[in-house]
Amino acid sequence: MHVPDGFLDATTSLATGAVAVAGVGLALRGARKELDDRTAPMAGLVATFVFSTQMLNFPVAGGTSGHLLGGALAAILVGPWTAVLCVSVVLIVQALLFADGGITALGTNISLMAIVGVLAGWLVFRAIQAVLPKKLALVAPVAVVAAFVSVPVTALAFVGLYGVGGTAPIALDTLLTAMLGWHTLIGIGEAVITGLVVGSVIAVRPDLVYGARRVLKSRELEIRTAEGAAA
Amino acid sequence: MGAGHGHKLHYHGHSPIHRLPAHVKLLALLGLMLTVVATPREWYPLFAGYLAALLVVIALSRVPPTYIAKRMVIEVPFVVFAVLMPFIATGPRTEVLGLTVSEPGMLAAWGLLAKGTLGVIASLTLAATTEPRDLLTGLEKLRFPNQLVQIMGFMMRYLDVVAEEMRRMRIARESRGFQARNVRHWPVLARSAGALFIRSYERGERVHLAMMSRGYTGTMPDTGRTKGHP
Repeated sequence: MHVPDGFLDATTSLATGAVAVAGVGLALRGARKELDDRTAPMAGLVATFVFSTQMLNFPVAGGTSGHLLGGALAAILVGPWTAVLCVSVVLIVQALLFADGGITALGTNISLMAIVGVLAGWLVFRAIQAVLPKKLALVAPVAVVAAFVSVPVTALAFVGLYGVGGTAPIALDTLLTAMLGWHTLIGIGEAVITGLVVGSVIAVRPDLVYGARRVLKSRELEIRTAEGAAA
Repeated sequence: MGAGHGHKLHYHGHSPIHRLPAHVKLLALLGLMLTVVATPREWYPLFAGYLAALLVVIALSRVPPTYIAKRMVIEVPFVVFAVLMPFIATGPRTEVLGLTVSEPGMLAAWGLLAKGTLGVIASLTLAATTEPRDLLTGLEKLRFPNQLVQIMGFMMRYLDVVAEEMRRMRIARESRGFQARNVRHWPVLARSAGALFIRSYERGERVHLAMMSRGYTGTMPDTGRTKGHP
């Protein structure tokens, strides 16, 4: 859900714009650490991937369907900084070329979906990964939790912004209940799909999954000989 | 809300609006929308003025108004929210057509609809009259970080390639009799998304190697490309 023009007042829009500029600036520096001089082509292609998966419709029930938001997924697949960059670029392109999300709300959208959404997902992922045993089979289930948490947290951040600069008189607790309730449902869908996608990538190319690198590093080389197999 | 993203919104033309440099159009869009957002919603005549100004620009650009109108469906989910507003907002109640609605809610709904719709029309006009390549040059002129412009450039360049890849995967699924109908079919779709990620990532690596072998050092060389040349 992209915030359109006029949803939050001008001051809040400018403030979130400043947050977005700072966040994307940090992400640009961070992504260079994750990708080095591969940043431009890799982040570009991953952004294209995020954009395309948002076009993949998942049927829910009764003819309705939903699609992936992809913040947590991108963070786990390519690392948090690159993910912030990719989702930001997707949002900029959507606002400029597809009129999805207002141009004055671009800062708000980037702050919410690219910064809060991605970082919430990533922090949850890392926190759980730190306490669980380092097993490849656990990466996808942890991704499920991370993706699930990231959606209501983003909704919560939106309600917070709305409390500061909302333009319509809605009781905040009504909005909070409605947003949290609705986004918990969306979060379940997001969680299931993220888990399935991460699981399918891990099954084929675990080395590509950024969130699995620590697990792979701790794995020891195991030499299986013909004798060993027979024994 | 990505369903409508399949087609490029650019409408080819040679009007003065098409020829205007992209950074001017971007600044005009941003300036106009900031003004609209800051305008108190009770100043009704001003909104008519904004709309009239946008219509003049569209008329000058010779983009058919129906072309813009058709693409305004992107706004629909948001219109639903605005329509609900009078019923969920707080404040004194009043009766309209036999329904009890909130007065400030009505006003808020008007404000949201007016400002949101102006934003969508203005953005669509920019998208219809500006080539993606020019948009990138415009952003560069506005001192957008070079890295970000490069990433956007790659994204715009490979959007059709990746979308086409996804379409081929869908055709492959459907030619095997698969049609996603309910939640039980999610694993199949998710595996497609996973495969799409691996293909995109590997394509990124190939593109990077190809760039390296042509002397890429981290910044794009200025090839003196002309405006509007894809």
